[in-house]
Amino acid sequence: MILVFRLAWRNLWRHPRRTWLTIGAMMFSNMLLVFMISLQFGMYGLMIDNSLQAFTGHMQIQAPGYKDDQRMRQTVADIVPLSDLLRRELGSDDIAARASAFALVSSDERSYGIAVFGVEPEFEVNVSTIPGLIGEGRYLGDNAATEIVIGAALARNLRVKLGAELTLLGSGLDGSFAAAVVTIVGIFDSGLAEIDRSIVEIPLGLFQDVFYMRGAGHLVVINAPVIDDVAELQIRVNALLPAGHDLVVHDWDALQPGLKQAIRADISSSFFMYGILVILVAFSVLNTQLMSVLERTHEFGIVMALGLTPGRLAWLVLLETAIMGVLGLLLGALLGALVTYYFSINGFAYPGMAEMAAKFNLPARFFPQITVLTLLIGPIVVYLFTMLSALYPALRLHRLHPVAAMRAV
Amino acid sequence: MTAVRCVDLCKTYRQGDENIKALDHVSIEIDAGGFVCLSAPSGGGKTTLLNAIGGLDKPDSGEVYIAGQRIDNLSKGERANLRLRQIGFVFQAFNLIPVLTARENVEFVMQVQGVPADDRGKKALATLEEVGLAGLEDRLPADMSGGQQQRVAVARAIVSRPALVLADEPTANLDSKTADGLIELFRVLNERHSTTFVIATHDQRVMSYAKRLISMLDGRIVDDIEQNAT
Repeated sequence: MILVFRLAWRNLWRHPRRTWLTIGAMMFSNMLLVFMISLQFGMYGLMIDNSLQAFTGHMQIQAPGYKDDQRMRQTVADIVPLSDLLRRELGSDDIAARASAFALVSSDERSYGIAVFGVEPEFEVNVSTIPGLIGEGRYLGDNAATEIVIGAALARNLRVKLGAELTLLGSGLDGSFAAAVVTIVGIFDSGLAEIDRSIVEIPLGLFQDVFYMRGAGHLVVINAPVIDDVAELQIRVNALLPAGHDLVVHDWDALQPGLKQAIRADISSSFFMYGILVILVAFSVLNTQLMSVLERTHEFGIVMALGLTPGRLAWLVLLETAIMGVLGLLLGALLGALVTYYFSINGFAYPGMAEMAAKFNLPARFFPQITVLTLLIGPIVVYLFTMLSALYPALRLHRLHPVAAMRAV
Repeated sequence: MTAVRCVDLCKTYRQGDENIKALDHVSIEIDAGGFVCLSAPSGGGKTTLLNAIGGLDKPDSGEVYIAGQRIDNLSKGERANLRLRQIGFVFQAFNLIPVLTARENVEFVMQVQGVPADDRGKKALATLEEVGLAGLEDRLPADMSGGQQQRVAVARAIVSRPALVLADEPTANLDSKTADGLIELFRVLNERHSTTFVIATHDQRVMSYAKRLISMLDGRIVDDIEQNAT
């Protein structure tokens, strides 16, 4: 251990209580930052998953322009063979074809305008949470059956129950009149009023018959195993699209730009709070190091008289701060990692969270997502601010005059 | 050869409404290998002169030369470098670094000078032995007597074999026996290594050891005599 490092180390322990208090402040803030950032990123992951799994999926194959202007004529031809091909080639069942149209749905008493989705019942369960939200009855079974699932709010509005018949009236792809009578086999309750009152699902085969789709649909929804795989999967999907088809593959960011914006807004507000925490720690370090420099003025005068330049003394003060900062970083990150690891296994919940989460088909606990980034970003920022806060006491040494300093008590 | 030359040094301090002349047109020359005492009552200007010679303080006017090099016009950093390599200091209050052991205190200056670690260790031990502290090298200052601490300070001052050692009231905090031992050590080092010693003091015993005694009063040299040291 070189002498200057030894000197810096021993200087720190001249006042062990003060040093531990400062390191403790760093440790606590680092631990808190590791846990909070990990929890936050875990929640974002959950937010993205739940938001996308509800309906959108990680990516969709569509006709160009369909995303921004969902006209019925902008179709994907031979959509079921295409989704079969993708499932086969990608070795995944998390792929399902859909078609959609606007229609009037009527019960014996009432009528409402709704969005009708034709889905592949067998595979829709893998790309959407709606099948899992069926509160009464069951989800769609046969691909050509005259069945329908509707939201709880729509059921109330139409004054219908399970087993009731509904009439769908709309326009087919060729502009002709489209009509069908379907039986309610399931009622879902997503907790989101907009979905529950304005969306119905029928089997894709039935949809194609009723709306004269001639084998076409509007989109193929694809889910990746994890969201980080989306970019790579998108490249593979693009490569599998049949030659001559005019199709595009949109990832979730393009399909739901608001989601990332919401996350960015949340990151901004929470990082503002973290910033306050970091600044408080920096002031604690500033206080410690300023005290430490002031009380050693006489000693600094001596070593300057011996030939040390203020610059070297400044480095000594910075080295002392760096040692404290590294201790705070390592211990804080370690404690934060342990706490976060515990909650990443056991989950984190607060009173009443389970009941609320169940209503939205969300898990009852949040699981912090511990990564190198979530583990180190907070402690590194604290460390940088710690070093920044030591600059002032260190720079003060440049103003020190050895004779005046040696007179200090 | 001249170790120290001061030409017409003036230095005035402001104390309240009063201007205090700490150095009033002081000129001296000290030969290499000299053993010189600056004697003055408190406020007589001896510490101010010592600080000017050591480059710790700049005179208001006049010139200071160390081994022929003018130093009063050097920058702060250049003067620090000069002190680091050419001048050893011994202070009244020992002024050791409290968290370093005797050996580390002696090594510290050498480390700043860039002396390799092996050389540093050997030189520090040899110098501590030379000042009579063999076996105490791993003690912290707090575990040593005043005399021992002052010897560590002397070891620190001479370990790099500076041509000039400046001592400011080095015996003020020592009992008479320890003070005698310290001055005897100074004299031995002066003779053995031909190191120039300039000691500011008002201790009569220290003055009696000096080969040359410069007396100051109110910032002026009032007497400068060669004497037969006891």
